[in-house]
Formats: sequence, structure tokens, C-alpha cells
Amino acid sequence: MARNTFTTKGITKVYGEGRSAVHALRGVDLDIPEGEIVVLLGPSGSGKSTLLNIIGGLDRATKGDAYFQDRNLSEMTDKQLTRYRRDHVGFVFQFYNLMPSLTARENVELVTEIARDPMEPDEALAMVGLRERVDHFPAQLSGGEQQRVAIARAVAKNPTVLFCDEPTGALDSTTGRAVLNVLKDVNEKLGATVLIVTHAASQAAMADRVIHFADGGIREVVVNHTKLTPEEIDW
Amino acid sequence: MAIGMVIAVGVGMLVMMTGLVTSLNETRAAYYERYRLAEVFAPVTRAPDRMETRLAAIDGVSAVEPRVVGAALIDVADFDLPVQAQAVSLPDFRKPRLNDVFLTDGRMIDSDHTDEILLLEAFAQAHDIRPGDRIDATMNGARRSFQVVGLAQAPEFLYTTAPGELIPDDARFGVIWMSRSALAAAYDMDGAFNEALLSLSRGANEAAVMAAVDRILDPYGGTGAYPLADQASNQLVSEEISGLEAAAVGVPPIFLAVAAFLLYIVINRMVQSEREEIGLMKAFGYTNGEVGAHYFKLVLAIAFGGALAGCLMGIAGGRALIQVYVAYFKFPFLVFQLDPASFVTGVSVSILSASAGGLLVLRSVFALTPAAAMRAPAPADYSRTGAIGHTLNRFLDQPSRMVLRRITRQPARMAGAMIGIACGMALSVSMITIYAGFDRTIDLTFNVIDRSDVTVTFTHARSDATIFNLRRMKGVTFVEPVRHVPAVLRNGLATHRGVVSGLPPDARLSRALDSDLADIPLKNVGIVLSTALATKLSIRPGDTLTVEVREGRQPVLQIPVTAVAESLLGSPSYMDLDTLNRALREPNRVSGAYLSIDEAHATDIYAALQDMPTVAGVSLKSQAEVAFETLMNTGAGAIRYVMGAIAFVITFGIVYNAARIAYAERSRDLASLRVIGFTKGEAAFVLLGELAIVTLVALPIGSVLGYYLSFGIAAGFSSELYQIPAIFDPASYGFAAMVVLGAGVASGWLVKRDIDRADLVSALKTRE
Ligand SMILES: Nc1ncnc2c1ncn2[C@@H]1O[C@H](COP(=O)(O)OP(=O)(O)O)[C@@H](O)[C@H]1O
Ligand SMILES: [Mg+2]
Repeated sequence: MARNTFTTKGITKVYGEGRSAVHALRGVDLDIPEGEIVVLLGPSGSGKSTLLNIIGGLDRATKGDAYFQDRNLSEMTDKQLTRYRRDHVGFVFQFYNLMPSLTARENVELVTEIARDPMEPDEALAMVGLRERVDHFPAQLSGGEQQRVAIARAVAKNPTVLFCDEPTGALDSTTGRAVLNVLKDVNEKLGATVLIVTHAASQAAMADRVIHFADGGIREVVVNHTKLTPEEIDW
Repeated sequence: MAIGMVIAVGVGMLVMMTGLVTSLNETRAAYYERYRLAEVFAPVTRAPDRMETRLAAIDGVSAVEPRVVGAALIDVADFDLPVQAQAVSLPDFRKPRLNDVFLTDGRMIDSDHTDEILLLEAFAQAHDIRPGDRIDATMNGARRSFQVVGLAQAPEFLYTTAPGELIPDDARFGVIWMSRSALAAAYDMDGAFNEALLSLSRGANEAAVMAAVDRILDPYGGTGAYPLADQASNQLVSEEISGLEAAAVGVPPIFLAVAAFLLYIVINRMVQSEREEIGLMKAFGYTNGEVGAHYFKLVLAIAFGGALAGCLMGIAGGRALIQVYVAYFKFPFLVFQLDPASFVTGVSVSILSASAGGLLVLRSVFALTPAAAMRAPAPADYSRTGAIGHTLNRFLDQPSRMVLRRITRQPARMAGAMIGIACGMALSVSMITIYAGFDRTIDLTFNVIDRSDVTVTFTHARSDATIFNLRRMKGVTFVEPVRHVPAVLRNGLATHRGVVSGLPPDARLSRALDSDLADIPLKNVGIVLSTALATKLSIRPGDTLTVEVREGRQPVLQIPVTAVAESLLGSPSYMDLDTLNRALREPNRVSGAYLSIDEAHATDIYAALQDMPTVAGVSLKSQAEVAFETLMNTGAGAIRYVMGAIAFVITFGIVYNAARIAYAERSRDLASLRVIGFTKGEAAFVLLGELAIVTLVALPIGSVLGYYLSFGIAAGFSSELYQIPAIFDPASYGFAAMVVLGAGVASGWLVKRDIDRADLVSALKTRE
């Protein structure tokens, strides 16, 4: 049995105080095994992003512990969290978050320059099918292409885990499928654990494991034995 | 709301300063009117009383008051030297028709008691003299004891300056009022007067009246009538008020411009973040005008609110400040008046400048199509080929490239920030240069041009044998004669009423110096004018100047201008002493002397000088220097500290603002960098590197701007009394650069703190 990339124990997140407090997470216990594609599925506002941000080292839980391998993220200093993101984590967001002043390759180099064990920037861009457009600036790329640069940037460091928050949220079906394909490749070729947050139920079909999320907690975890390729997914 | 504050400060300053200027002018006018200050002053050597009726008969003259004035010396307990004073007569048994006095303490003099006097309040206070005290004074060579019965102020003595000196000083010049008959007796003026005061009827021709007065008084040694505008005290008050006026006109626009700029930035950001709403409204069928009006209303609300707050602040500030100035000018009462025009100007200028900022933003509102507005904005385009070559590129890591790209590929934005910071630098440079200029004026005047310790003024031009007497005094190391001759200098229509100084050819203590501070040899023929004078008369070396001497035979001379001399105090002109005497046909005459003395013998020397009947006054340079510094540190000169503080605040504001804007524009990029594993320091580098480069580039540009700006500001601070040079002083530039860099570091630190605190998650959620 593979070990877990993440284990969480009773993670609670409360925004605000008193009567206006929002309980975004209400005690989440979760195991994410190494090397799997995990889809976190749930309606908007159910706390998916909040959970992802906490285990991604971007935010802190109000209560509870989140373990990456055997290290407790809740006990890390800001510096250690930065180190953790730098060495282990790749992020892909709905709005790409590229540096507009850098070309596609330079955006990837931004990461490879500081990573411990990076791949060649061109190799990462080739993986996402952008070999021809490495010298283009974000303004010259379409939304899907920008998202693929963002993925290339996230995978170029050879991450242990790849977090994708609504990666296809701003994309049409064809581009969205292409992006999901890249994520699948990364999982297969690099062995990275991939965590995809989405509210589109159909994308769950490509996951090894689907975590159904509602109202700040896990409702159900389903292990998927009949994985579909992104091409086979209804959009 | 910070913007509203900036507008409020700008408008407040405008309202306050214009209110101050209006109130001071009104108060002065009311004071002059209430105490019937003369409009024409006509000094004369000795005119018989019957001339009064002839003067009164001149067309356009509404009142005449003849009086006797004379130089006096007052013994005061707290000075080694007697203090120079002017004795002024008050008519016997009636109020003066012109130039009345305002009794502040004690009672009026009784004309039956010839030893009763009034003393100028400011002088009395400086020496702690009270009604009831007795003082000793020397008049026309005779020492007498007087009874001080009252203290008084008068509109003609708001500022008092000893003859032969330029700097007003309450402690070193007094005014004595006493009965006409008593004073006439002291100065051999029985049945005669030596000054006529005239007031004019409405619509009278001042020049024609003065010409008529001159014709009447000429046979009696009239030295030329002059208008109130040329009266010493009034001139100084005018200078001070116009100094304030210059500040009133100059400073507020800077604030309003800054406010317009800020407003533009803020509203622009607001439009960017509300682009979806704008798109929706347009999609629902709102017109450009309607959507634009929404934002424009906001701009107007901020501008109007700021302006309103500014008006209130201005009124409050004006009320407080006017008290200070009323005390400073020694006005006995206050006419507080706000200039309604300044409210209108303040409000409309602030609305106009805010609108200018607002209109630019509206352009981008109009440009948004509903469809484009609903989408997230495209990433800024950096694809235009930049100036960085590929070779250079290879040596740069990505964050450095981000810094450089932003600078080379978004030059307009960077230029905005850079110009802003350069302006801050220019302001700092010019203000610090001005400070150096003030110091320079003092240094040049008191240590370079005039190197004497003591200046002695004789009662009138004497034989140069007096000089030998001075030289023989124990402790006097050097004596240099001087002859001051009152004269009107004329070049075409430009005239100047002043003094021509005759200096010996090898002058060592008081010298004419050129702009390199080298001695200007005084040629046998010719006159050397100070820069201020040459400018006022618009005359150049080689031209011929008309000199109407107002002493003795009063010859009118045509003298070539041989050189222009550097002078920062007053408007002196110099001639060779012998040449001057020859032109007056009064050989070997001197009117005063500059002395170098041995400090150890100072007290003895003062005592000896006091006993010389020919000595009208003695002034110590150390005292004059203190008085000058006091003058420059109060009144209009003091505004430089206010302006300096404002310049510093503006500089810091601009730099901080530039940093904030840069941060606002890039907060998402910085958060993204943090997310992908950049440390706080590495992420901050991208922003602070940019700020550093922009600031460093702005420094030299700002220095150049500041160099030119300092001329303007120096001219604003210069007055007829003193000139402030705009000197190129590397230390000032260095200091200004430190100020700007300090502001840069402080701003960088403040922004860095925000970068460190930034919530990564929420930064990622916000779209541009
Ligand atoms: N910074 C915040 N402050 C207050 N409430 C927040 C904040 N971020 C998220 N929330 C609330 O927490 C809940 C979960 O949000 P989120 O994790 O973004 O949901 P999801 O990603 O599933 O749509 C929501 O009710 C949201 O309004
Ligand atoms: Mg979410």
C-alpha cells in the first residue's frame, strides 16, 4: 500500500468572528495517497479552495493538523511553508497567474531558477504542447495556452504534488480537455500526486479517487476503478 | 479620502494665504487711513512756515502738515552705545492733520512741558522703558533729559531702520515724538520746518503734485518729494505682504496638481476593478454618458468635499495666522477679511483639476465595450521589442528581467512615476538651495563685502581730518573713510532713490566685488552698480546713468556705469571717493567710516565715539547681522520653512505614492510569485528594484529641474531689501538626494511591510 502524500486531522477554518463568522471547513479528515489523481468535487462555496490552500501551504487552518508526508504543515513557520511550496508544490489557478512581463519560457524559468531539481524549461513547455510558442508573451497567447504555460511552470520543478483549482473554469471544452490531458500526463510521467478542484461532476471520471465535498466537510470518498481519459469525458 | 485631504490642504492654503494677504492689506489701509498717513513726503533743509499755505494751494493737495524731524541719540542702559533715533514733532496744542500717532500707554505730551516725549512702543519695549521713566538723549550735539509720558505706534514707523542701515531692528532705532516748539528749538527750526507731509484729494495727479512741491521747496533745499510707496516702512511692509502673496499663488497649485494625479490613479483603479459592473450597465443599455456621470459624480463629490473642508480649514488657519502677522507688523487692530474670490477660485480650481484627472479616466470607461468589460482584462502587453539585448538577457535572472522589462516596455507608466519623483527631487533641491542661499546672503554681506566691525556715521559730511582722529584711537586697527550721498538714479523712466557710496580706491573693509568675489577697481570716472540696481534701472556697463544728487548743491551728473557688483543686501552703488567729492565740488569730505577694532578695547572705543559730537551713530556689525537674521527668519523669509516642510511632505508623498501605485498594480504578480515559492524578499525585490531604479534615474533629472526651479523660487524670496541667490551648491544637491532616497527607503519599507503581510489567498482571488 502506497503511503499518503497528505493526511489531515480535524481541519477547521473559520473566517471572521462572532455572529458573522463563516465556518468554511468543519473538521476535515482526509488521506490522499501518493501518485493518485484526486478530484475534489463540490458546489461552489463548499470550502474546496479553502482546503486546497491550507494543504498547499498558502493559508493556515484555524484548528487541526495537515501532514505533508510526515511533516505537520500547521507547525511550520512562514519560511518553512515558502520552502515547502518552492520544493514540492506546483499550483495551477483558474486565472493562470502568469507574469505578463515574461515570455512563456521565462515564466517557466522563473521556477526552474529557484527549484531544487528542475527539468529543462523547454521540456516542460513541450509536455504541454507549446514548443513553438516559447518566446511569446502572455498577451500573445490564448486562454488555454496561458493555462498550459501555467501548468508547464507548475510541473517544471518536478513537484511532489500538483494543485489545480478550477483549472478549466475559464476554458471551453476542447481546451479544457487538452489541459486535463496534460495533467494526466504529468501524473503518469512524473508520478506527481495531482489534486484537482472542480464543481464539474463529469471531470470526476478521470480521477483515481473522488472526494465529494459539501458544506465544509467530506460527504463521501469514492475510489474510481474505471478511469476514463479526458477525451472520453462528457463536458 | 487621502485625496480629499490633499485637495483640502491645497484649497485651505489658498484660502488662508489669500485671506491673510487681503486682511493684511485691508488692515494696513485702515490703519493708514485712521491715522491719516501722508501720501507725499517732502524733506527740505529749512523752509519758512509761510510755505505751508503755498503747499496747501497746490492743485490736488487736500492737507499739509509741516513738521520738524531730526536725528537723535538715546542713551539706553543695556547697550554700550547710544541708540540712533529719529525725533519727530507733533503740533503744539492740536492733533496733527497728518501722520497721527496711536497712543498705546501713558498720555499724550503736554505742549507746555518741553521735556515731555512719546517713545515708539516697540523700541521702549525692547529696552524696558515705561511711561514715567526719564531718558537722556542727544539732539543736535546737545545732551538733554526727557520725561517719557507715553508710548505710541504710528503707521509710518511699522518698521524702523536707522539711517545708513538697511535692516529694521526695534532695539537699535527709536522714535521720539515731542512738541513742535521744543523740537524746533533743539534744531534751530523756529518758524520753519524741514519736512512737509501732504495728502492728496481724490483723483489728484501724484507726480504733478510732487513736481509742484519740488518747485516750491527747491529754493529752501528741498531734496525731492517722494510718494508713500517709497516710504521706508511702507516699502518693507509691502515687500513682506507681496512675499506672502507669492507663496499664496505658488504653493496651492502644487497640491491641487498632486490631488488631480492621485484622483486619476484611484478612479482608474476603481474603473478597472468595476469593469464587470460597467460592462453590465452598458449591456443593459446605459449610455456612456450615464455610466461616465456615475464616476464623474464621485470625482466631483471628492473634489467638492475636499474644497469645502479646505475652505473651513483655510478660514480657521487664516484666523490663527493673521494674529501672528498682526503682532508681527504691529498693527494696533485687525480687519479680518476673507476674500470671497478665493473661495470661488479654490473650489473651482480644485473641481477643475479633479475633473482633469477624472476626464482621463472617463476615456477608459467609454472605451470599454460591454463584452470586453465582462472578461478579465488581458495581461499587459510586453511583446513590443524592448531595449534589452539578448546578450544582456543571458546574464539576468527572471526577477531582474521583470524589473527591466517593466521599465523598458512600459515607459509611459515608468515615466509618470519618474517625473513625479523627479519633481519631488526638484522641490527638495530648490528648497535646500534656497536655505543655502539665505546663508550665503548673510555670509557674503557680513563677512565678505563688509569686513568692518563698527560703522560710524557722522552728523553730516565732514573734513577727512575726522578720520585721523579715529585712527588715533587706542584699539582701532584700521579706519576706512566712506562718503554716502543721497541721490536719485535715473535711466530713462526707471528711477531709484538711494545712496551713492564713495569708497577709497584701495578699500579693504567695505568693497565692491564682482560675481567671483574679486575686488572691482573703482575707476576715476564711473559708477559701479549692484546687480539688483542694474536690473531695476535696466542699465549695463558702458551706458550712462543720470545721478541727481540730493545734498549740498544738488548737481545732476551724467556718469558712465563701469561695472556691476555682487550685492545681496540693499541696492548699493559705488564711486571712487575722490571722484565723487570732485563731482560735488566738496573735496576731502567723508560722511562716515568703517572701523576694524581690537575687541579688547571695544568698550573704550564706544565711549570715545559717544563723546565725539560729530558722530551721529555707531552701529556694530554683529548686531546688524543678528537683526538681519531675525528679519529673514520672521515675516516672509520664514515662509521658506513652511514651504520646506511642505516640499518635504510632497516629496515623500510622491515617492510613497509611486511605490503604492506600483504595488497596487503588481500585488497579484507578487502574490503569484510568493505562491510558486518565492520568499518575501525575492518577491519584494521585483517591486523595490523597480522603485530603486526609477528613483535613481529620477535623481539627476530632478537635479536639473531643481536647478532651474531654484532660480524661480530664489527670485520669489528676493526683495528690494535683500536678494537670495540661487547658488549651485553640491552639498544641497547631495542633501536633497538623501531626502529623496530616504523617502524612497521609507516608502519601500512601508510597502515591503504590506507585501510581507499580504494574504496570498485573497490576492489570488482578486482579478485585476
Ligand atoms: N477570505 C475569506 N473571508 C471570509 N469568508 C471566506 C473567505 N474565503 C472564503 N470564504 C468563505 O468560505 C466558504 C468556502 O469558500 P471556498 O473555499 O472558496 O469555496 P469553494 O472553493 O468550494 O467554492 C465560502 O462560504 C466563502 O464565502
Ligand atoms: Mg473555489
